Amino acid sequence: MMKDMINVALPKGRLGEKVYSLFESAGYACPAVLDPGRRLLFENEDAGVRYFWVKPSDVPIYVERGVADAGVAGKDVLLESRPDVYELCDLMLGRCRMAVAAKEGFVDDASRPLRVATKFPVIAREYYASRSREIDIIKLNGSIEIAPLLGLSDVIVDIVETGKTLAENGLVPFETVVGISARLISNKSSYKFKSRAIREMEEKIHREAAKKEDGLR
Amino acid sequence: MDLSQKVRLSAAEAAVFSLRSLYESRGYGRFKVSKFEEYDFYASCKSFLMSENVLTFTDSTGRLMALKPDITLSIVRSVGASGEKPKKVYYNESVFRDSGDGNGFREITQTGLERVGDVDAAAVCEAAELACMSLELLRGSRPAVLDLSHVGVVSAILDSEGAGEAVREAVASLMGDKNAGELSRLAAGTGISPRGAERLAGLATLYGRPDEVRDELYAAAGDVPGCAPALDELYSVAASLPEELKNMLRFDFSAAGDMKYYTGAVFRGYIDGIPRAVLSGGRYGGLLPEYGAHDGIGFAILTDLLEDRGGGRGATLVFDGAEV
Repeated sequence: MMKDMINVALPKGRLGEKVYSLFESAGYACPAVLDPGRRLLFENEDAGVRYFWVKPSDVPIYVERGVADAGVAGKDVLLESRPDVYELCDLMLGRCRMAVAAKEGFVDDASRPLRVATKFPVIAREYYASRSREIDIIKLNGSIEIAPLLGLSDVIVDIVETGKTLAENGLVPFETVVGISARLISNKSSYKFKSRAIREMEEKIHREAAKKEDGLR
Repeated sequence: MDLSQKVRLSAAEAAVFSLRSLYESRGYGRFKVSKFEEYDFYASCKSFLMSENVLTFTDSTGRLMALKPDITLSIVRSVGASGEKPKKVYYNESVFRDSGDGNGFREITQTGLERVGDVDAAAVCEAAELACMSLELLRGSRPAVLDLSHVGVVSAILDSEGAGEAVREAVASLMGDKNAGELSRLAAGTGISPRGAERLAGLATLYGRPDEVRDELYAAAGDVPGCAPALDELYSVAASLPEELKNMLRFDFSAAGDMKYYTGAVFRGYIDGIPRAVLSGGRYGGLLPEYGAHDGIGFAILTDLLEDRGGGRGATLVFDGAEV
């Protein structure tokens, strides 16, 4: 029987390269992937895998619609877009956290709605709803840190890696909303019909991720 | 004038006809519902709806009406009101739901069946068989699978852990994602024991034919008080299927966390090449107690999805003008 080919959507960029190297060490190499150039589709028939690079926030769309059988997306993207997919394992890569940050010395004034600037309105809304705090969401697409400085918002809800960008702008993270890392996701239907191949991939990736994690300790 | 004609049916249209004929051959009667209902009805049973968003309008007498987001609720209410039970019906209707993907409200065509009242073990077996037969009719030359699971297994584990409402909701969502990683971390902070979290994670990852996963399933849930009837039911449904359909059955608990709607067996059907489940349903109890119909089982097929298969398997309908 012909081996099932798994189509994998990888997130373009720095995280994607780390993710690919994890796949490579788990036995899903496809050396052409890292060639500089404009090609977006790569295949290694022997390993049973076909990769394509897409914008990180688009990965769940390709997977949900079944064009990709599997993919790798940040937990932030999954929480924000709520795709109808399986979340199979934590790659423990691209670790950071979603946090609330504000100017140093900020005190929440409960007498009026809290103004929250963010790229992640779904996550922010849910977080504050869970604490019954009324908010006014200001959806921005970048340079979130500037919002409290200019008085556009009271706080921001954003991804914090090292906290350096925040600190440079005089902001401090004071609450963690949720921890973030890269996850292996799969299409629900593909999981049924390429079951063996996808479950094998899940297992190998999981093992490899755990091994790397141990190595870091 | 000669009115005899040939009409080319789309895959979805052909599917509707073949499903009708299957259901009628098994004693299910056609059930016709109107496209809208008073909004108050849905406001009173919000927790059973997938989304709180219902498309509303005001009718000529000033009443607030809703375009139906769900057919089962209307059938259960109507059967409950008529007092005649049990009732076996099928339908082919549109529902109106928020797509949730930024495309706004969508009209979705469903064909499905419901057996309301008096659901016994044989009724569950029959529903599973009809679900398999429906997939068999629709799959063409592609493989299809019916995922079977049971809410009773998950709820028995949660009961034995004394889990509260918030934890149940979190578990349902994580089970739905097959997110074993986060399920096994549940033990930290939610009051679920490490063994309980391990059980839930084991159920989430379990997938395969009933005989293949038996050990895994019993390792996860076999010794949980209250689990035995659900496990027995799953295996007796599996054993009851005709030989030629057995091959289609898989156990998969990702849909078994939905304890708001379902109370027993849960079905999900997939056809290779269609990215989403084409069939979903299961056994429900306690729906609309104020209308007297408590128990039922059924499933719905999203026939629109069959069109995604690039034309698929249509059929030709020949009708004779004289009889139309």
